Amino acid sequence: MEEALNFQVIIDNFTYFMIGRYPNGPLGGLGLTMYLAVVSCVLSFFGGLILGLLSLSRFAVVRHPVNLFINAVRGIPLLMVIFWMYFLLPALVGKTVPEATTVIMGLSIFTSAYMSQIVRAGIQGIPKGQTEAAISTGLKPWQAMLYIVLPQGLRNMIPSFVNQFVSLIKDTSLAFIVGVSELTHVGTQINNRTMAFPTEIFIFIAAVYFVLCFAFTSFSRWLEGRLAWRKSI
Amino acid sequence: MLKYTFDWSIVTSGKYFEWLVSGLKVTLELSAVGIVCAFILGLLIAVLKMSHYRPVRWIATAYLEFFRNTPLLVQIFFWYFGSYKVLPAAVNEWLNSTNFEFAAAAIALTIYTSAFIAEDIRSGILSIPKEQMEAARSAGFSYLRSMQYIILPQAVRITIPPLVNQFLNLAKNSSLAMSIGVMELTYQARQVESYTFKGFEAFTAATVVYLGLSVVITALMDLYNKKVLNPNRA
Repeated sequence: MEEALNFQVIIDNFTYFMIGRYPNGPLGGLGLTMYLAVVSCVLSFFGGLILGLLSLSRFAVVRHPVNLFINAVRGIPLLMVIFWMYFLLPALVGKTVPEATTVIMGLSIFTSAYMSQIVRAGIQGIPKGQTEAAISTGLKPWQAMLYIVLPQGLRNMIPSFVNQFVSLIKDTSLAFIVGVSELTHVGTQINNRTMAFPTEIFIFIAAVYFVLCFAFTSFSRWLEGRLAWRKSI
Repeated sequence: MLKYTFDWSIVTSGKYFEWLVSGLKVTLELSAVGIVCAFILGLLIAVLKMSHYRPVRWIATAYLEFFRNTPLLVQIFFWYFGSYKVLPAAVNEWLNSTNFEFAAAAIALTIYTSAFIAEDIRSGILSIPKEQMEAARSAGFSYLRSMQYIILPQAVRITIPPLVNQFLNLAKNSSLAMSIGVMELTYQARQVESYTFKGFEAFTAATVVYLGLSVVITALMDLYNKKVLNPNRA
């Protein structure tokens, strides 16, 4: 029959869940999860911006390979991308690469492909007249994009970016598979050590992720409402 | 650069080829079970979420938000390692008598994906004008019959593309099942890698298979969009 849950194990290991062995050792737990998510988010923002702009290029030579790359990355599981990084990075750099870097690169490339679609949709959502007006005032096409279209498009993309960040937070859990001691990994570690409390540990970890992700999801909805309101007046 | 000799023969024939094929079979099985169950569960949650009774709606919302905002991997671990304490003894017994790794992964994938599917179904149904329901009700159909004969047939057409997208996501997400030892495609690719040190070939093979799945389904979807959703265009 069902057993009573005992959450004492969470209280005993709380700091370990949150920051790992920091400051006496490397950062781990929730702290490392957030570090991975934030660094990958910044990298994939720029990656997505560049890929998105290239995928809209006037030159087919640029557009087609970029679209092929984006669709290929979107067509395979994130886990595959991480394994590819695991193999390719050391071969490319010529020396061993820390696991955290491998994961950050995998997450960034994967998320860049998805962000590029947001960037693309955001740019295509700006009326063509804006570009035409900008070019007729004497701006070059790239200037029209950089100074006129992109600033307007980026504002509309913000809620989608926040949603991608939520996906990233969830996806950092895959770092577990290559042995990076983020929150999920810490959970399995404590589970292996204590043996008797898997239910409590994984409910707690799910709750931590939930609080974090739900906060950002709500923030994104609030932003969306605000943007709609600004457009309506 | 490292010196590396490619040997594609290991992944195109022989023992390791068979491993990859058996991995693909498990991936397809897991995806098929997940897709069917996630669709049924997602439909149920979508209906609950549109209920007239606030507590029912509230439960559906809690379900949606909770399972959408926690990582799939953690959900898999919960079902695999932790569920025995909260499930009734009979269910535990039944789960242990089956292939438990597979069952835990299937349950996690089903529940995770059902939350996304419910939202897609709901927005499909909400996109049907309210007047359709009002007309059906005033023609004498009950709420459920109006849903069955008037609203759902129209909503299904619009909902198919996002649903197929969720099914593709499910197939890709099934790769996470390797973390609890389900011998699906990614697991087998890794297995081949650790036996032969031919990681490049093994992962290329797996990548090509996943890509093939995506390409075929995406192409079918484009065809559907052209023929069924916008038959008058182009």
